[in-house]
Amino acid sequence: MKILVALKRVADPDNANKVKIPPSGDRIDTAGLEWKPNPFDEYALEAALRLTEDGKAPKARAGEVVVVTFGPKETEQTLRAALATGADRAIRVDVTDDKLDGALVARALKALVEREKPDVVLMGKQAVDGDSNQVGQSLAELLDWPMATFAATIQEEQGALLVGREVDGGVAVLRVRLPAVVTVDLRIVAPTSVYSLKTARTHKYNDGVRFAALPAIMASKKKPLAEVKLADLTADSGLKVQYHGFEPPPARKAGIKVKDVADLVARLKNEAKVL
Amino acid sequence: MADVLVVAEAAEGKLKKTTHSAVTFARQAAAALGGTYSILVIGSGVDAAATEAATLGAAKVLVAQDGSLGVYLAERYAPVVAEVAKARGIAVVVGTASGYGKDLLPRVAARLDAGYASDITGLVTEGSSLKYRRPMFAGNAFGLCSVATPIQVVSVRQSAFAAADASGAQSPVEQVAVARPGAAAERVEFVSFDQVKSTRPELAEAKVVVSGGRALKEKFNQVIDPLADVLGAAVGASRAACDAGYAPGDLQVGQTGKIVAPQLYVAVGISGAIQHLAGMKGSKVIVAINKDADAPIFQVADYGLVADLFTAVPELTKQIQASRG
Ligand SMILES: Cc1cc2nc3c(=O)[nH]c(=O)nc-3n(C[C@@H](O)[C@H](O)[C@H](O)COP(=O)(O)OP(=O)(O)OC[C@H]3O[C@@H](n4cnc5c(N)ncnc54)[C@H](O)[C@@H]3O)c2cc1C
Ligand SMILES: Cc1cc2nc3c(=O)[nH]c(=O)nc-3n(C[C@H](O)[C@H](O)[C@H](O)COP(=O)(O)OP(=O)(O)OC[C@H]3O[C@@H](n4cnc5c(N)ncnc54)[C@H](O)[C@@H]3O)c2cc1C
Repeated sequence: MKILVALKRVADPDNANKVKIPPSGDRIDTAGLEWKPNPFDEYALEAALRLTEDGKAPKARAGEVVVVTFGPKETEQTLRAALATGADRAIRVDVTDDKLDGALVARALKALVEREKPDVVLMGKQAVDGDSNQVGQSLAELLDWPMATFAATIQEEQGALLVGREVDGGVAVLRVRLPAVVTVDLRIVAPTSVYSLKTARTHKYNDGVRFAALPAIMASKKKPLAEVKLADLTADSGLKVQYHGFEPPPARKAGIKVKDVADLVARLKNEAKVL
Repeated sequence: MADVLVVAEAAEGKLKKTTHSAVTFARQAAAALGGTYSILVIGSGVDAAATEAATLGAAKVLVAQDGSLGVYLAERYAPVVAEVAKARGIAVVVGTASGYGKDLLPRVAARLDAGYASDITGLVTEGSSLKYRRPMFAGNAFGLCSVATPIQVVSVRQSAFAAADASGAQSPVEQVAVARPGAAAERVEFVSFDQVKSTRPELAEAKVVVSGGRALKEKFNQVIDPLADVLGAAVGASRAACDAGYAPGDLQVGQTGKIVAPQLYVAVGISGAIQHLAGMKGSKVIVAINKDADAPIFQVADYGLVADLFTAVPELTKQIQASRG
């Protein structure tokens, strides 16, 4: 199976409360925050690796995992890290974030899919900076491919994937025949979430994503990393969504610590009037 | 003419409350545009949902009924929405950013070659121009954006748009043709829905939410349920509690789970990570119970109780019960 994984770098999401908005309100300033791979995309990569191996012998790749990012030169670090954890090849589409919107990323990915012809495109359900949650669905529509979003489990079948999706009120299971787009949710990296045809159903993965060992990090430097111009993928680089300004969130006034349960109940009743 | 199309959400033949938030947006947007709004109900056996939608003041309720639409699949629903929007010269297509809306609307936007503003918390109008306020970076910044395409697609955050009330007059109900889906529809098959049955209010609609974190371990239900019962509350959870299997995944509150803004939010044994705060910071009153006085959750809590939850929560349950006589 050949899988294309879309991987975006984002400003450290665990410190998202440190982003600053200048008084002019013309941008979101992430200076001082480290770049990290979008966690959902790391999970998508882990799922792609699980789908292209026998869980008992994860060093041998059955098929190919290609990672792609849209970003400036320095995003190659994110791609190298993905190569070190097991991806075979990387592609960087040269562009900066301010020149993109979700529709443009989807359009360009479509062109890339037509070149690369993967069986599956795997990606995060959302980038945790823009929080748009749209690229996967848009890509699937542009390709006229079936999709399974918010995947918590994936089981490979002959020519298809059986996907458990986290939806309101429970888990919905879809079967998508390949090629297809799958976007992943948090629980996809649990020990028994993803099974390729090769991996025994009794196999349990470690919880979370795998880490690169030192030799793999060295070896990753030799793996192919290609650069593609955005203009080679789409002639239409216009933005459909335009930002006009940014604001900080409304501040919450500081609260108090209560003495004990009785104090809490009294205040909820008399002060907050919510009981 | 600049009209708005609301994409209704129906389940088991009934209209879901998420629809009412999109209608509130539609009323504001249609007023600014000087147009009207219609509500599109899609499915099979959705007459009751259509009848209910007809109480919401729309110019029309449009119904796309077909056996092939009995279970929701984006590959089948998106062409229906797109076709109606095109045929009727719609300016803005809107739905709510529930699991259903998040799945469907970006597909609709791509089909219409339209821009998509997702999960918006506010509509800013200036004459007939529409701008949308939307949270980014886990709610730590808000962007003001506009959509530059002839048809715009928008999803609204349910907790930010109050549910629309019924409005006297009945809207006329009109059946519409069901658009033919693309090849994608032939390659996706609905297999099953493993529903988490609950008699509690839905998280996104509840007036009170009690959420539990990793600290509860296997005692999650034993500790949280009685408190939720006396408060008539919905139950929520942190990611860590969901990941560990103490609570089902669809109860996760946060940036990447459900966004809630109830009158009262009680966080029990939850540290208050950025991703969790993003999902509940808009609550009116926040109570936190945590044994660590420095837990970040206390920075957003109106009332913080530093205590061991295993004794404090049963005690709280008892005292609330007693205070009500
Ligand atoms: C300075 C600045 C200005 C901006 N101006 C605009 C603007 O005017 N209009 C606008 O709409 N947006 C703007 N953006 C945001 C834009 O760059 C987003 O990255 C883009 O819209 C796609 O991300 P998303 O949040 O919509 O993705 P989502 O739909 O949330 O992402 C889903 C998945 O798509 C994939 N993906 C998304 N982006 C990438 C990527 N770059 N590389 C690889 N995979 C990716 C990932 O797998 C991700 O998990 C701006 C950003 C910056 C930093
Ligand atoms: C991509 C991504 C998306 C995420 N999305 C979400 C999301 O949507 N929602 C979400 O919640 N998280 C999300 N997270 C996870 C988040 O970062 C935190 O890891 C998570 O919220 C922690 O859950 P917790 O507070 O239950 O656990 P912990 O952080 O472990 O906190 C447990 C708390 O319980 C307290 N405690 C322990 N014992 C007791 C006791 N006996 N009595 C009282 N207090 C006690 C401790 O002091 C501690 O503060 C996301 C993470 C990532 C990477």
